[in-house]
Amino acid sequence: MAQLTKGKTGEWETVIGMEVHAQVIAESKLFSGASTKFGAEPNSQVSLVDAAMPGMLPVLNEHVVEQAIKTGLGINSQVNKHSVFARKNYFYPDLPQGYQISQFDQPIVGEGTIEIDLKDGTVKEIGITRMHLEQDAGKSLHDQHPTKSYVDLNRSGCALMEIVSEPDIRGPEEAAAYISKLRMILRYLGTCDGNMDEGSMRADVNISVRKPGAELGTRAEIKNVNSVKAVQQSIDFEVQRQIEILEGGGEIKQETRLWDPDKNETRSMRSKEEAHDYRYFPDPDLLPLELSDEQIERIRKTLPELPDEKKHRFMDEFGLSAYDASVLIAERPRADYYETVAKDRDAKLAANWVINELLGILNKNDQDIADSPISAENLGGMIGLISDNTISGKIAKDVFAEMYKSGKDAGSIVEEKGLKQVTDTGAIEAIVDEVLAENPDNVAAYKGGKDKLFGFFVGQVMKKSQGKANPAAVNELLKQKLS
Amino acid sequence: MSDLTHMSIAGALKGLESKDFTAVELAQAHIDAVEAAKDLNAFVTETPEIALKQAAESDKRRADSKAGALDGIPLAIKDLFCTEGVQTTASSHILEGFVPQYESTVTANLFREGAVMLGKASLDEFAMGSGNTHSYFGNVINPWKGEDGKPLVPGGSSGGSAAIVAARAAMGATGTDTGGSIRQPASFCGITGVKPTYGRCSRWGVIAFASSLDQPGVLARSTEDCALLLQSMAGHDPKDSTSAQKDVPDFAAAITGDIKGFKIGIPKEYRMDGMPDEIEKLWQQGVEWIKDAGADIVDISLPHTKYALATYYIIAPAEASSNLARYDGVRYGLREEGEDLRAMYEKTRAAGFGDEVKRRIMIGTYVLSAGYYDAYYIKAQKVRRLISEDFTKAFEQCDALLTPTAPSAAFAIGENEDDPIKMYLNDVFTVPASLAGLPGMSVPAGLNADGLPLGLQVIGRPWDEETVFKVGGVLEEKAAFTALPQSVIRKAA
Repeated sequence: MAQLTKGKTGEWETVIGMEVHAQVIAESKLFSGASTKFGAEPNSQVSLVDAAMPGMLPVLNEHVVEQAIKTGLGINSQVNKHSVFARKNYFYPDLPQGYQISQFDQPIVGEGTIEIDLKDGTVKEIGITRMHLEQDAGKSLHDQHPTKSYVDLNRSGCALMEIVSEPDIRGPEEAAAYISKLRMILRYLGTCDGNMDEGSMRADVNISVRKPGAELGTRAEIKNVNSVKAVQQSIDFEVQRQIEILEGGGEIKQETRLWDPDKNETRSMRSKEEAHDYRYFPDPDLLPLELSDEQIERIRKTLPELPDEKKHRFMDEFGLSAYDASVLIAERPRADYYETVAKDRDAKLAANWVINELLGILNKNDQDIADSPISAENLGGMIGLISDNTISGKIAKDVFAEMYKSGKDAGSIVEEKGLKQVTDTGAIEAIVDEVLAENPDNVAAYKGGKDKLFGFFVGQVMKKSQGKANPAAVNELLKQKLS
Repeated sequence: MSDLTHMSIAGALKGLESKDFTAVELAQAHIDAVEAAKDLNAFVTETPEIALKQAAESDKRRADSKAGALDGIPLAIKDLFCTEGVQTTASSHILEGFVPQYESTVTANLFREGAVMLGKASLDEFAMGSGNTHSYFGNVINPWKGEDGKPLVPGGSSGGSAAIVAARAAMGATGTDTGGSIRQPASFCGITGVKPTYGRCSRWGVIAFASSLDQPGVLARSTEDCALLLQSMAGHDPKDSTSAQKDVPDFAAAITGDIKGFKIGIPKEYRMDGMPDEIEKLWQQGVEWIKDAGADIVDISLPHTKYALATYYIIAPAEASSNLARYDGVRYGLREEGEDLRAMYEKTRAAGFGDEVKRRIMIGTYVLSAGYYDAYYIKAQKVRRLISEDFTKAFEQCDALLTPTAPSAAFAIGENEDDPIKMYLNDVFTVPASLAGLPGMSVPAGLNADGLPLGLQVIGRPWDEETVFKVGGVLEEKAAFTALPQSVIRKAA
């Protein structure tokens, strides 16, 4: 279902294509041996090649090529056995060579599709146009000196993958789902860390609007949007801006715009930027990149189970809902954690505990699953205690809180605190009798037809047993006694 | 002492080994010769201290029986090769004062074998030219003179290298050849020059002109000397993705004098309208020598030859326009301050590059521009493939080709300056082999009526420098070229 926006003249459809730049996880740069570690001293990770000293030549990093192949396979796209590196020529101080080595008409990865999951439970396919490898530029620093600009070349030459989508995206929700899904896949593959705040993943968003069924409108490109939230906000803003212009009788200018997260608006970049003629041509310093079927197949065999496959397996194998499965597979460590918890246990119960309790408290405390004080084994142990009636679900919440605090396993906590569930019907019966005796009015009311009071009796019994009474046994006994 | 400067490399190596003289004496003799040849303006930077230091170390190695293949041999290094700690300029103002912190692979290979560096030889700025008239440091003068005594160009772009070897002030020199920049100056200066197959020598540390064409090579006074130098320079380099993973054959061993049964092709398209008679005659003489030696002459056709120069003057400037973008005043070399970034770029590049370099950057930028790319660059690439296929077909019929090296002898300085196209025509016989990446050699074969040297070119199959050396060796033997430049004769007298 396309998401439509109401304007004064009727409804408008938003059409979005995205170009995502993802820094490749690799020890060294695309064409040099310099390190790629984030956060080093300025210009401490610059080789002669990165600084474009006279006579220096690029040598392709084979590991990066493998990462690109892996990514191509992971986004269900064609891996091209023949691809060509080309030079994109322009002058800028953070571009030492005066050209960026990129891929132009013959990229390493061609067409494909990825599936995005929407909030209403539907799945939509977004076409991938291509993915290519290219060098990152350095960074200009304008705040270090009153009159001069400085250049940090640490990032110069780092490998980027540019993943280009078809204009299949129809609004901010889909855009957010697309970039989230892409990030998830790259993280599963281990080809990009997806840290948008460190700039290792950023998006250029191409946006246009049209009346449903009409021809594509003129698009504006928003550059370097660096969070999922910013992607959504910038689209919201841009769609409104374009509709207002069009409805006011104006025309959309094809241009590059900048997202300003502080002012919550997109702004036109200087038009000089667009006057660029990049004069692409094949880089004569590099041979065309030739891949063999064997090489591609060898890498295919190393692919991990990808998010979509995992999601469907969780649904089939563990009987989870699509929603629960998507929450669990959102991050690979989370999915691994869940699988450990659920191993040989009640998988649905395990899913509830991981999603509602564990993720809840971790989120609240701004922690990752990797930081969880409760190990997957221990949470699994607790699920076991619930399933074999050692503790009730209610007691389990206390046990869980204690586990989170101390990191201890559920068994010892139950032992230490004497939280073991009372399943002895004799003991429970005594408490039931006591409760009924103490509340004659309510008993009479219940018997007179106030069915809802049943919960009250259960509550009283549980309270008296300090939560340790087995709820099933309590229910059973109460039913008998009140009938 | 002057005898030392007239020796061959092979002879000098024998003399050093049998202790007839020391490497220091050999170096000193050449330092003196460089001094005496100063009027040729062949060097951008002279390095006599380095030469003497290297020579002393060489003598020590030889005393310890650890001498390398070229130990003690004094060479000139074209100032396009980056040399660690020694200014490297590409004869451009924009790189004046630039001192690399690294050594090019080719010079590192030469020094590993004990070669001694006399200095950095001048060239056409960024190797763009055929007369060595486009150097920021002034034109180089050919040691040869015609009847009228006017100063002549040494050819280019490796003009400093060729002039200094011809003047007996270096035993050999490195060069680079993009469209004829080794072979044409070798022909103009009466010496031997070899451009090996593209990919035979590493381009790492060689300042780039046109990456798909640039190839390091050698200039010396005999085929054997060229073979010895090339032997040490060549070989796979993992730092250059276009350098070939191929074993380097024994080039000198290929010079046997025996070409019986070989088929040597004569491309009819190289017989051009307006070609001087003396060139035609020399070529015919070469054919006779080949026949005398027992090889067969085969008439072959390279039908796309007439498009070669036009193709070259699209591809080479296109690559150059991009390769030279790094000279922007930001990190090294010349910077002319401006009110903003753009002004700094414009002023730096306006002041730093000479006219010919600017001309080629503009041509290259034009042919790569939107709307012109298909018509020029793409078309040129297609024609380049056709030219390459011409050679492939020709080599089905023959083992090597024989052609003149250049359409004329050395011309007077200033003569072709008014017309860049006329200057470009100098490379008409050398450019096709460059476009096809083939090995080529120029051998001095005779003098024209004005007493100036003329060269013959041998072109071989890819990776078959051995046949080129073999055929070149026969031409050398038959031509028995012993003439000396006037300046050398004058000094000897």
